[in-house]
Amino acid sequence: MQTQPSNQLEAPENLTAGGGSLQPDTIARGVFLVAALAVVGTLFWMAFVVARDAMPAISKFGLGFLVNSTWDPVVEEFGGLTFVFGTIASSAIAMLLAVPVGLGIAIFLTEDFLPEWILTPIAFMVELLAAIPSVVYGLWGIFVMIPIVRAVETFLNQTLGWIQIGGKSIFGVPYGPGLLTAGVLLAIMILPTIASISRDVLKAIPRSLRNGSLALGATRWETIFRVLLPAASSGVVGACILGLGRALGETMAVTMVIGNTPQIDTSIFAPAYTIAALLANEFAEANTAVHIGALFFAALLLFVITLLVNIVAELIVRRVSLERN
Amino acid sequence: MTTSLRPEQPVSDDLTSPLEPGRALFTTSMTTLSVVFTFFAIIPLFSVLIYVLIQGFTSLSPDIFTKLPAPAGTPGGGFGNAIQGTLLMVGIAALISVPFGVLSGIFLSEYARDDRGIIEVIRFGVNVLAGVPSIVIGVFAYGVVVLSTKTFSAYAGGFALAILMLPIIVRTTEEALKLVPWELRLGSLGLGADRFNTTARVIVPAALPGIITGVMLAVSRAAGETAPLLFTALFSQYWIDKVGQPTASLAVLIFNYATTPYADLQRKAWGASLLLLILVLAISIISRYVFRRRF
Amino acid sequence: MSSEQLQADQVPTKAVTAYKVRNMAFFYGTKKALDNISVDLPAKSVTAIIGPSGCGKSTFIKALNRIAEAETKVRIDGQIELFGQNIYDPKVNITRLRRRVGMVFQRPNPFPMTIYDNITYGPRVFGFKGNYDEIVETSLRRAALWNEVKDKVKTSALGLSGGQQQRLCIARSLAVNPDVLLMDEPCSALDPIATLRIEELIETLRDQFTIIIVTHNMQQAGRVSQNTLFFNTDESRIGQLVENGPTKEIFFSPKDKRTEDYISGRFG
Repeated sequence: MQTQPSNQLEAPENLTAGGGSLQPDTIARGVFLVAALAVVGTLFWMAFVVARDAMPAISKFGLGFLVNSTWDPVVEEFGGLTFVFGTIASSAIAMLLAVPVGLGIAIFLTEDFLPEWILTPIAFMVELLAAIPSVVYGLWGIFVMIPIVRAVETFLNQTLGWIQIGGKSIFGVPYGPGLLTAGVLLAIMILPTIASISRDVLKAIPRSLRNGSLALGATRWETIFRVLLPAASSGVVGACILGLGRALGETMAVTMVIGNTPQIDTSIFAPAYTIAALLANEFAEANTAVHIGALFFAALLLFVITLLVNIVAELIVRRVSLERN
Repeated sequence: MTTSLRPEQPVSDDLTSPLEPGRALFTTSMTTLSVVFTFFAIIPLFSVLIYVLIQGFTSLSPDIFTKLPAPAGTPGGGFGNAIQGTLLMVGIAALISVPFGVLSGIFLSEYARDDRGIIEVIRFGVNVLAGVPSIVIGVFAYGVVVLSTKTFSAYAGGFALAILMLPIIVRTTEEALKLVPWELRLGSLGLGADRFNTTARVIVPAALPGIITGVMLAVSRAAGETAPLLFTALFSQYWIDKVGQPTASLAVLIFNYATTPYADLQRKAWGASLLLLILVLAISIISRYVFRRRF
Repeated sequence: MSSEQLQADQVPTKAVTAYKVRNMAFFYGTKKALDNISVDLPAKSVTAIIGPSGCGKSTFIKALNRIAEAETKVRIDGQIELFGQNIYDPKVNITRLRRRVGMVFQRPNPFPMTIYDNITYGPRVFGFKGNYDEIVETSLRRAALWNEVKDKVKTSALGLSGGQQQRLCIARSLAVNPDVLLMDEPCSALDPIATLRIEELIETLRDQFTIIIVTHNMQQAGRVSQNTLFFNTDESRIGQLVENGPTKEIFFSPKDKRTEDYISGRFG
C-alpha cells in the first residue's frame, strides 16, 4: 500500500485545525446540552410555578394548613389535614401489602425456582401491570374490586370488629369504597415497581455468594434470608421507596375508589380523601382565588413529599449500583 | 437443636435422613408463600384484561369512532371526539417532547465519557422528573397555560402530556443509542469523522428503530393519562373546531363515564378502556422486544 | 467392590477411602463434560487434581458436593460414594452432604458481614446451641488467621486482604467441622506470599480433613499433595482421568505419555 506524500504533509495542519471554539462538533454538543438542561430545568420551573401560585394560600393559612381538618370552600376555610391523612394511610396500606408480595415475587423470579421459559413470561406479566392506565384500574376497581372488597370487609367486621382504637373499631362498618379498597388497588399498581427493581438488585448479587452459602449446607431459603436479602437490603429499600413515591402521587384509581370524604376515621374501611384526589375533583371547578391558592398549596405539599421520597430512593438505588461497579 | 457440630450418626444414615423439621417447614412454607404471592400478582392482570376485553368488546361499534356522545340515558352515540382529542393532544405533546427528549438522550449516551459530572446530574434530574405525580404535572400546566390563557385547551393538555413523556423519551433514546455496537463509533471516528457526524450519520440512524419505539411507548403512556388532563383540557361533548378550547379525551371520558349511574355510559367507558389497553399493551410488548428491559 | 480396576500400588493400602467414584459421566445439559471416571480418593490426606484448562477438573470437584447442580442443569451418570453412601441417591439430603463436604472457591467469597458472622454462619444455619465465641476462635486458629484478626472479628470481612479473605473462607468451612474440604484453585486470585500461607495451612489441616484441591499450578500440587489425579480432554473435548497415583510417581515416573508431556511442560 502506498501513501501519497501530500497527505502526510497535510496531516499536522488538520490536527491543529480542530481547536477553534465554533466547530460544528462544539455547537452540536452545546445544543444537546441545552436540551438536556431544559429537561432538568422543568423540575425547577415546576417548583417555581406551583409555589408562586400557592403563595396567596401560604400567606393566608401558613403551616396551620397542615393541622387544620376543615375544608370548606363556602366559608373559604382550607386545611389539608384530612387529605394528608388519607394520602399517608392509603399508601401505608398499599406498602404493607405490596412490599412482602413484591419481594416474594422478586425472589421467586430470581432464585432458580422456575425454568427460564416460564420465568420470562411471568416476569413480563408482572411488568405489564405497570403499563395499564390508572383510570382503567379505577374502572376495574369500581365494578370488579369493590364488590369483592365489600364482602371481605363484612367478614372482617364480623370476626375482628371488636378490635378498637379509642372506643372505635378498626374494622368498622363495611362500605366498599374507602381506605382499604384504595390501598389494595394502590398495592397492585406499585407491585411491578417493587418487584422489578428488587429483582434487578437480587440478580446483581454475585453467584459466588449463593454458592458460598449453599456449599456450607444452607438451604435455598436460608441463603436468601441470611445472605442475599441482607446483601440486597439497600437496593430493596430503594425499590420500596420508589413504590411509595408512586403510591403517594397516584391519582385516578384512588379518586375512583376511596370514597372522597374528607375525614379521619379509625376504621380502615371508612371512605377517605387524598391530596391527589382532591386536586382531581376540585381544580376544574375552583373559581375563587383563595380556593385555587389552597389547591396549589395542596399540590405543592404533594410535590415536595414525592420529590423528597424520590430523591431519597434515587440516591439509594444509585449508591447500590455504584458499589456494584 | 444441635449441640454438636459433627453429626454423630454414620455417614450413610446422616446423609439420607431428611432435613431437620424446622428447616424443612421454613423452606416449604416460604416456597408456597412466594408461589401464592406471584399468583396474587398475576390475577389482577388477567382480571383487568378479561373484564376490559369482554365488557369493552360488546360496546364497540363503528359509531364509536364516528359519532358524538349521546345525552345521558339515551342509547347509541359514540366518542369520536374523544379519540380525536386524544390524538390531537398526544400529537402536540410529541411535537414538544420529542426534540427535547431525543436530543437529551443523545447527550446522555454519546457525551457520557467527557461530561461525567453533568451527565450524572441530568440523569438524576430525569429520574426525579419521572417520579413527579402526573396530577402535579397537571397543576403545573394549569398554572403555566390555563391561568395565562384563561381557558382550558388542548394546548394545556398537550403541554402537560409533553412533560410526562419527556423522561420516558430521554431514557429510551439513551438506551437505544447504547444498544448500538461500540465498534460502529470507532469505525466512523477512525475514518476521521468528528463526533457530531458520527452521531448524526451513523449512530442515530442505527438506533432509529429503538428511538421510535421509545417515542411510541411515551405516546401510549400519555394516551392513557387522565390526571394531567382533568383541569387542563377538561372535556367536551363536541368535535374540535379550534385548539384553544376545552377538548375531550379517551382517558377523561373513562373517568367521567365510570362514575355516572348510566349503564350505557359505563359500557362506553369499558369500550374506551379497551382501545387504550390495546394501544398500551401492544406498544409495551414491542418495546420489551426491542429493549429487552422495562421503562 | 471393583477396586481391581485400580492398581494396588497407586493407593496406600491402609488408607480409608473417602470418595469412591465409579464410571462417572457428567453432562452440562446434553453436552458431555466428563466421561468414564473411576477413582478412589483417600481420607485424611491431600489429593491434587491437575490438568490443562477445560479438562473438567473443576467440574469433577463440583460434582463431589453437588454444587454444580446449583449453577445450571446437569446430569451425572455412574456412582460417587462418600464413605460408602452414594451421594446421588435420591434419598440423600443435599444440605447434609454439603455440611460434611466444605468448599473453598477460586475467588474468595466472604459474605458481606462481619468476620464473626461469616464464621458462625454455618453453625447458625444448623441451629447450633453452644459457645459461638469458641467456634470463631478455634476456626480462625485452624485457618491461621486468628492472630491477624483477633482484634477485629466484629468488623466487616470485606476489609480483609484477598489472602486473608480466602483463609476466612477456609475458616468458615472448618467451623461446621466437615469431613472433606474441596478447594477449587484456591490460590488463583492470590499473590505468591498469600499463596504460600494457604499452602502452609493445607499442610496443617491434612491430618484432620480429607482435602481435594484443584490447581493449575503443578509446583503447588507437588508441594501440598500426597496423591495426584491428572485430567485431560480427548479428541471430542470430553474430560477424562488419564492417570492417578501418589504425587511422587505422577511427577517422577508417569506411566502415560500425556501425563509426561504435561508435567514436563510440553503442553497445557
